Amino acid sequence: MRLERRSNVPLHLVILAPLAAVFTALLLASGLIAAAGVNPLTAYGEMLRGALGSRLSITEMLTRATPLIFTGLAAAVAFRARLWNIGGEGQFFVGALVTAWIGHSLGVPGWIGIPLLMLAGMAAGAALLAGPAFLRLRFGVDEVVTTLLLNFIVILFVGLMIEGPLRDPLAFGWPSSVPVDGNYRLPDLVPRSRLHIGLLFAIAAAGAVWLVLARTVFGAETRAAGLNASAAEFAGISLPKTIMGVALLSGALAGLAGSVEVMGVTAGVTTTMSPGFGYAGIVVAMLAALHPAGVVAAAVFVATVFVGADAMSRATGVPSFIADVIVALCLLTMIVALLFTTYRVRR
Amino acid sequence: MTKVLELHGITKRFGALTANDDVTLTLDQGEILALLGENGAGKTTLMNILFGHYAADEGTVRVFGQELPPGLPRAAIGAGVGMVHQHFTLAGNLTVLENVMLGSEPLTRVKSARGEARKKLMDIAERFGLPVKPEAKVSSLSVGERQRVEILKALYRDARVLILDEPTAVLARPEAQKLFETLRDMTKEGLSLIFISHKLHEVMAASDRVAVLRGGKMVAERKTAQTNAGELAELMVGRKVERPVRHDHQIGAPVLVADKVRIEDGGQTQLDDVSFTVHTGEILGIVGVSGNGQAALGALLSGLAHPASGALTLADQDVGHLGPRGMIRAGAGRVPEDRHAEGVVGELSLWENAVLERLRTPEFSRRGFVRQGAARAYTNDLIKRFDIRGAAPDTRIRLLSGGNMQKLILGRVLSNGPRFVLANQPTRGLDEGAIAAVHAELLAARAEGAAILLISEELEEAVALSDRIQAIVKGRLSDPISADEADPQRLGLMMAGVWTEDENAA
Repeated sequence: MRLERRSNVPLHLVILAPLAAVFTALLLASGLIAAAGVNPLTAYGEMLRGALGSRLSITEMLTRATPLIFTGLAAAVAFRARLWNIGGEGQFFVGALVTAWIGHSLGVPGWIGIPLLMLAGMAAGAALLAGPAFLRLRFGVDEVVTTLLLNFIVILFVGLMIEGPLRDPLAFGWPSSVPVDGNYRLPDLVPRSRLHIGLLFAIAAAGAVWLVLARTVFGAETRAAGLNASAAEFAGISLPKTIMGVALLSGALAGLAGSVEVMGVTAGVTTTMSPGFGYAGIVVAMLAALHPAGVVAAAVFVATVFVGADAMSRATGVPSFIADVIVALCLLTMIVALLFTTYRVRR
Repeated sequence: MTKVLELHGITKRFGALTANDDVTLTLDQGEILALLGENGAGKTTLMNILFGHYAADEGTVRVFGQELPPGLPRAAIGAGVGMVHQHFTLAGNLTVLENVMLGSEPLTRVKSARGEARKKLMDIAERFGLPVKPEAKVSSLSVGERQRVEILKALYRDARVLILDEPTAVLARPEAQKLFETLRDMTKEGLSLIFISHKLHEVMAASDRVAVLRGGKMVAERKTAQTNAGELAELMVGRKVERPVRHDHQIGAPVLVADKVRIEDGGQTQLDDVSFTVHTGEILGIVGVSGNGQAALGALLSGLAHPASGALTLADQDVGHLGPRGMIRAGAGRVPEDRHAEGVVGELSLWENAVLERLRTPEFSRRGFVRQGAARAYTNDLIKRFDIRGAAPDTRIRLLSGGNMQKLILGRVLSNGPRFVLANQPTRGLDEGAIAAVHAELLAARAEGAAILLISEELEEAVALSDRIQAIVKGRLSDPISADEADPQRLGLMMAGVWTEDENAA
């Protein structure tokens, strides 16, 4: 048995691959659910109902999908250029922290403050990824290691700040940072829900990223550099500039995720505000085959798993950690599925 | 006579492509068979089936009358088949002996039997006339010596049938001749040999029998003594292909001048005190054995490497430190040595590849957005002008044949009206028809006044196209000679580095 490269990947396979990956992941996870003593079909039924069964659950799911779209875009942009940004989680947190810090005492009206805070969050995320990108370009330091480890440093730093200088004196129990001023809370998209207009920003961001990647010179250079770096270099495309540009864009998107989450949902920063949005963004990007439109769909799916798992856990007693297992399995099965879209099996 | 090898009715398909179509081939004891064919004719596929790297879709392989199970290299080795790959499979950080032993000892063995292995290796080396130093590190060996180690590796596993894939691709002519003498001696020790080649002269010189593959089919078999190079060429290509002829014309003013250029990479001198001048309407040929500094010269003229000392000027502008984009802007067109690695991005479309070098010019972008319409129209023009077949602007370029891919690269270079063109191994791996087309384009560019530097390992090509020729040896360039004075013997001497003391010997 051997693998043979397909000369062309047909469209139906491109669409089928993530579906098959998700199905396989759910199948594998059902073994664990059964081991917990619950009928997997019942559990998945509860999951679906919990995420999509009511107006409230749908808005809750979309609230969860919003940061995932941003972090998914961040990963997709970077991975297309073979920049392995595993640091979405850290970039999310610096974006959130900078937004809360500046937004707490910024004395301008909301219509100007909100864009400013978004820019601040983007700048923070971009700056955090610029370091690893520079180290890779200058010294060949593996960015997988640096970006991954920076996540832990950033989260510990956030912990330091919210128990120290940025501590909210009015918060009880869990330490939290000072909240953003009420002027900078994003308006609700659906009344009496947590869903805010950040979802629209996220969808707009997906459109903008698509436009940049598909239509601009920068996008074309990124594609070339990602697919064949030496040919791109031979053609006069500056690899350092391209990689750095990609790093800034990717970091900015992940930082924006944190910024929007603070202004839209949490107001203050806590170390538990992200159930792994940065890491899940990698899964989202992979399930989307790195396509911006696919990112929106994949984010909705992953959010469904996250939100649905909580409901399932309440109803059936299966630990909600199963959500992390399912999402992680999706990444593995999607990688296998991608293999089968580019190669065919022959005897 | 005993048949040591019988391939019967071998068919192998890769997707829609039939690489081997009902091929039948036999080999006699003590015979040297040349497997001749153009690139893509299916030679290597056939040998990989024989060796068990691939499993045939149909057909059988028999070695000494025993049928081999398909797809098992181990079975082929066990039956006495040895293969010497075109790209060596040696570990540079191990010694000759260690490389030879590698894979022939069971992993479970506690102590390695170095002593015995060494004795066996030396016996074989003695018997077949292949002298080696068993304790030398492979990385310190020359290319010819490495090939010897590859052959010994096969013999160490008791190979009685040896397959050599393009064995002379990396060798200089004297080395190649020596190799064929050695191979002839080896047949006297009872070995049978198949060597793969697309070079007519070595097939004529070294084989007993020739099998010609074309488009996956076995089209002819000839006793070498009963055929000639002309007949074989026609059989190989399937028709008569005439390469274009260079006509003398007036050479103009200097365009590209290298003055005492030195290039270093990783502390090693790659080019040393290199000077040359290319004039308007002139093709300057650089000949030499692979690995003598051609890569550094190509990188310099592409803008990827910069002189540590000395100067490179293009139309009186210092271009040594400009980088690829600056070189292009200064009027240089570059055809890279390796199409797939440097020439194109395989997963991108024709049009994206066609404008890759000029994405940031107003012709193909406005306010940071790519002008896709203009790019597609331009690509359509190239397809028509340069006769690129089987493609539309949106076709992914890796689906093109090597010849058509090269035509696109040439088109993107020549349509830009370059003052200077670097043509680095422009016909490597192309079939006869495509070679003729590439030669015609280069000669047309010369007629229009471009200054062209041709780096080639094919002497025939260099002599046919060049007005003047210089040889590159160990990073140094010989003085130029006019193409009219270039005969194979003199070029052979130049490529061996004999030029300083022996300028007019030939």
